[in-house]
Amino acid sequence: MEPVFALAFGVMVAVAAYLLMSRNVLRVVLGLLVLGNATNLSIFLAGRMGSRTPPLVAAGETALVGGANPLPQALILTAIVISFSLVAFTTVLFESAHRRLGTVDTDAMREAEPEAAKKVPNDRRQAAARKMEPAE
Amino acid sequence: MTADLLLTLPVLAPAIGVALCALAWSHPLLQRLISLAASLGLLCASVALLLAVRDGTVIATQFGGWAPPFGISFVGDMFSAAMVLITGLMAVAVGIYGLVGDVEARENAFYHVLYQGLLLGVTGAFLTGDIFNLYVWFEIMLISSFGLLSLGGTREQLDAGIKYVTLNLIATTFFLMSVAFLYGMTGTLNMADLARVIPTLENQGLVTALALMFLATFGAKAAVFPLFYWLPAAYHTASAPIVAIFAALLTKVGVYAIIRTFTLLFDGDAGYTGPIVTAVAIFTMVTGVLGAAAHFDIRRILSFHIVSQIGYMLFGIAVATPLAIGGSILYVIHHIIVKANLFLIAGVVNRAGGSFDLKQTGGLYRTMPMLGVLFLIPALSLAGLPPLSGFWSKFTVIKASLEAGHIVLATAGLAVGILTLYSMIKIWNEAFWKAAPDQSGQTMRRWQADRRARIIMLSPVVVLAAITLTIGLFAEPFVDYSLRAGEQLLDKSAYIDAVFGAPAQVTEARP
Repeated sequence: MEPVFALAFGVMVAVAAYLLMSRNVLRVVLGLLVLGNATNLSIFLAGRMGSRTPPLVAAGETALVGGANPLPQALILTAIVISFSLVAFTTVLFESAHRRLGTVDTDAMREAEPEAAKKVPNDRRQAAARKMEPAE
Repeated sequence: MTADLLLTLPVLAPAIGVALCALAWSHPLLQRLISLAASLGLLCASVALLLAVRDGTVIATQFGGWAPPFGISFVGDMFSAAMVLITGLMAVAVGIYGLVGDVEARENAFYHVLYQGLLLGVTGAFLTGDIFNLYVWFEIMLISSFGLLSLGGTREQLDAGIKYVTLNLIATTFFLMSVAFLYGMTGTLNMADLARVIPTLENQGLVTALALMFLATFGAKAAVFPLFYWLPAAYHTASAPIVAIFAALLTKVGVYAIIRTFTLLFDGDAGYTGPIVTAVAIFTMVTGVLGAAAHFDIRRILSFHIVSQIGYMLFGIAVATPLAIGGSILYVIHHIIVKANLFLIAGVVNRAGGSFDLKQTGGLYRTMPMLGVLFLIPALSLAGLPPLSGFWSKFTVIKASLEAGHIVLATAGLAVGILTLYSMIKIWNEAFWKAAPDQSGQTMRRWQADRRARIIMLSPVVVLAAITLTIGLFAEPFVDYSLRAGEQLLDKSAYIDAVFGAPAQVTEARP
């Protein structure tokens, strides 16, 4: 099973990289989500996928025998909560930026670092921004 | 005090600060008191920690009663204690400074909660002895910094926030992925245990690849070339106290993580990683200082200088001798104080002179000669002029690189020092020396009438400048401490023994 999961991990990272390189911030959020999930899969894989038995120590025993590795599950749980909250924040930030700046195109976002020499005419910038609008 | 208390108090103080500030969210005055008290608590706890470890002992504690390496460990050695102390110092200095200006507007947006959250993440990252736990502290630090950066929500900040948030999220996700691979190879996450297991692994080539992954992810945090773009894109949009605490602490956590992992975990293949870090250090210094030369906004100049100075802090890993690592530690300590102070002074220049833009200010030396002196102390220290703190730290790292035969690295370090001086003189000429623009009289009169703001803003500046002078004039104890901390980092057995209680057998690599 592990090669299949490893392949799935590779595909997810590739998809995430493709989405993250987009100029559309909506795709960037999706890329961050996919990358986060790919990472969780890599943690799961790192813990080996030998057993499907829940990691419960039987009554009377003192050590875990034959159960799945519990540590990756704890790590993934932590990572999911963190990535969930971060992506939620990112989505809100991107949406308010979209509303205030009127664009989802990262190339048109030059408020913090304005171009010194050549100023892009405002209407052209907005036209470019409209083109990048996600379909309703 | 026991080791448990010494190691947990510096984290507990800001943690309690976060909780109480959040509870008191409708009472800004109460929040200010809590925040200041928590920062003072952090400072006191960090002094106690430093006193306990300054003779070279390493202390450690395990959480939840788990035997090492199964639980989360906290470890305090000379390096981490110094970093925590400097964090406490910054927490108090910037915390006081942050009480002026647009503080009411910031308080409506949970400023104090986020500020304490940032300190919590930073101190946790300095003290933890568990690599997954380090990731969690990174995230706490990040989410707080996201909030602080976009506090106010101007168009500029939203734009900067997008770049800052995206690039930092990718970097931390990459960090988590590297942790997963490390766990897959070693079966452990405890750094002391990792230090024992990694040399026993069969496939050392894979370890080197993993080391480079960690270098990339911590490098992105530390804003090294070519991963620094989030920093100059974002820092200049935040208000003065926020950018001061960012400049002081955020990138330095990345530097700390690089130094810690490359002395404790990945020191096996220094012949391969050394030249890479050397090249990264040179390019970081040069691009940073050239970026600064192009700008006329005082905050943007200083932001690029953060990048440039990070290069010097990598000398320790690039050269990998005890002297170089000690020099890097001294450099981090000196730089945090100086850089935070310069951003605080930039805030004063903005308030008294009317703008962060150097072209629209001027004449501050005529009206406030003392501020000019206060600016020159950190500015010349940043450039490395004797007898200030920057001279001794630059002297140590460049001496170390020359001794080890790194001529190019040393030359780049000296040349960048001169260019740094150019930038600082540019700020001096524009903001202090040239004649004041016509419309600036009114802001100056308002500044001079506001006695409370002047006292609150200038007292942290004076204190930090005094510390810079102290390190410069009485360098001996500081240099000595840093060099001993560097030697301690290279002797891994003290760290490992502190976590495991006693010298233990090397365990087999687990699945």
